[in-house]
Amino acid sequence: MDDAVLSLKYHVSPDDFKTAGEASSDVKNKLKKMGLSPEIVRRVAISMYEGEINMVIHAYGGEISVDIGMEAVTIVLKDKGPGIKDIDKAMEAGYSTASERVRSMGFGAGMGLPNMKKYSDEMKIDTTIGVGTTVTLIIRLC
Amino acid sequence: MDKFFHSVFLEEENCTGCYNCIKKCPTQAIRVREGKARVIGEFCIDCGECVRACQQHAKSSRRHKLKRDLVGKYDYMVALPSQVLYSQFHHLDDVNLLLTALKLMGFHDVFEVGSAAEILSEETRNYIKRHEGLWPIINTACPTVLRLIRVRFPNLIEHLLPFHIPAETAARIARRRAMEQTGLPSEKIGIVYISPCPSKVSYVHSPLVMEKSEIDMVLGIKDIYRIILPYLSEAKKHVENLRTSGYVGMEWGRSGGEAAGLEEDSYIAVDGIRNVISILEDLEDEKIEKVQFVELNACNGGCVGGVLNIENPFVARAKILKLAQGLARTKKEDLIPYRPEDIYWDKKLEYEPVFQLGNNFAESMVMMKRAEELKGRFPGLDCGCCGAPSCQAMSEDVIRGLTTENACIHILKDRLHTLSKYASEFANNWDNGGSDTQEYIETTRQYINKMSKDIEELDNTIGVKNRTRKDGEEYDIEGAAGEEDL
Repeated sequence: MDDAVLSLKYHVSPDDFKTAGEASSDVKNKLKKMGLSPEIVRRVAISMYEGEINMVIHAYGGEISVDIGMEAVTIVLKDKGPGIKDIDKAMEAGYSTASERVRSMGFGAGMGLPNMKKYSDEMKIDTTIGVGTTVTLIIRLC
Repeated sequence: MDKFFHSVFLEEENCTGCYNCIKKCPTQAIRVREGKARVIGEFCIDCGECVRACQQHAKSSRRHKLKRDLVGKYDYMVALPSQVLYSQFHHLDDVNLLLTALKLMGFHDVFEVGSAAEILSEETRNYIKRHEGLWPIINTACPTVLRLIRVRFPNLIEHLLPFHIPAETAARIARRRAMEQTGLPSEKIGIVYISPCPSKVSYVHSPLVMEKSEIDMVLGIKDIYRIILPYLSEAKKHVENLRTSGYVGMEWGRSGGEAAGLEEDSYIAVDGIRNVISILEDLEDEKIEKVQFVELNACNGGCVGGVLNIENPFVARAKILKLAQGLARTKKEDLIPYRPEDIYWDKKLEYEPVFQLGNNFAESMVMMKRAEELKGRFPGLDCGCCGAPSCQAMSEDVIRGLTTENACIHILKDRLHTLSKYASEFANNWDNGGSDTQEYIETTRQYINKMSKDIEELDNTIGVKNRTRKDGEEYDIEGAAGEEDL
């Protein structure tokens, strides 16, 4: 393990809206204790939370790894879900493939990926239909 | 004044070093060290949870005493009764009776905190309309919530309603009025707030959003309750018409009352410190949408749940509702005249990153990594036996240099197991024929000494101090790991 990187791993349970957000909350509280600026903490927390919720809504949960380094926070969200059919569409604000049930719970407003992009400095989506999706978010610290 | 002044403190002689309060503290601000549950001042937000949790009544709060601090000090005294005070008496259906009793007690005038609350309701309505970009606006009537946000939720500071607590607004108006009416200088006028909670004491002593509070003294409701009682009977003979607060002002005494006073639909009201923390986490992550106003109260039920009250919070809440129902809404033009400086903060709230591990990011990063590694060695039981409320807190304490990992009884226990395993292996495998008996005895003695030392450390760890053993012999243990003064 690199001396200047703190690596954290989280498991996201499928279909559990109640516990979704626990991982991003843990990261948020650690970053505060590490003295990062409130604005950076906010961007990490919100973009990671959106990713976490996406895994619950669309992808039967998954694994998240967070690397906190001196220059950037890198969040890798990996799932074995259905994959994203049309990334361009998914990136449009307000576009969602979430079910009626999920929407009735107040989720699936079509802001997940747009918000992840908005709050991160770099976003990479690697998706294969029927295999899964890996989203990498980078938030630079300087 | 110390910016981390807190009203809650430990009465050492009553503290048995049990773990009840450390587990109940929502900011993990208490550690049992040397057998006593000490408060870490910077982490304490004066919520009063430890006061509620302590069965030995060893947690108390600093506040003024009527005789010691008040008598003879001022030429003119004004009482600021919290609306919660009205809910503490049986069969009180006329607020004027209580206000008259306060005057009979010796106060020259009374100014209801409820009247200031009504002014704040009016101004809050305007503020919300003018600041749509800052929605949801978070209320600031509970100083504990303010202190919590100051140390844990920097991103929410801009959403805070930059208004004084009602008692402060009341104090400012009351002082001006008293000076006008009497011609006395400010220092001869004593403004005395009768408070349901110790958090207001800290607000006055160590003001976060102003240079100096206009409140001179804070008395606890439970401290003057008995003193008022005889004056209540006397007041019945001639009740003065002193009440100025209406329905809305009264409602502020219970959770949801402040929000209801805004006559807006899109608000949420949350009470109880753990619920408050949970909603603040959600607000910070922008999980809550389309809400204009958030009312937060640290105590269950709102101010009726304050630890300086006498009455059961649910009964008190019912009384507040009943008293409010008998009152009309004060019209805007009937509000007591006020100035902007009676309402607005004098200065902004500053974020205080007290939970930050190191002096900078690089240092904190190294410390957090070490804390994470260390946490992996602890059992994750959050038992509290080390004196810290959780294994996470314990790891951070070790990294901050406040204690050592040997304070964990599970780590010590494992070490003892290993030692005793080696000792018995040594004893069982000793070959009586060829070896030197002297060497055998020496090695055995070393094992026994090591084990005794660990057992002694175990005693230190659990915070047992001078506890009498069953055989009557007394343990006399030197100070446990950690600092005397946190």
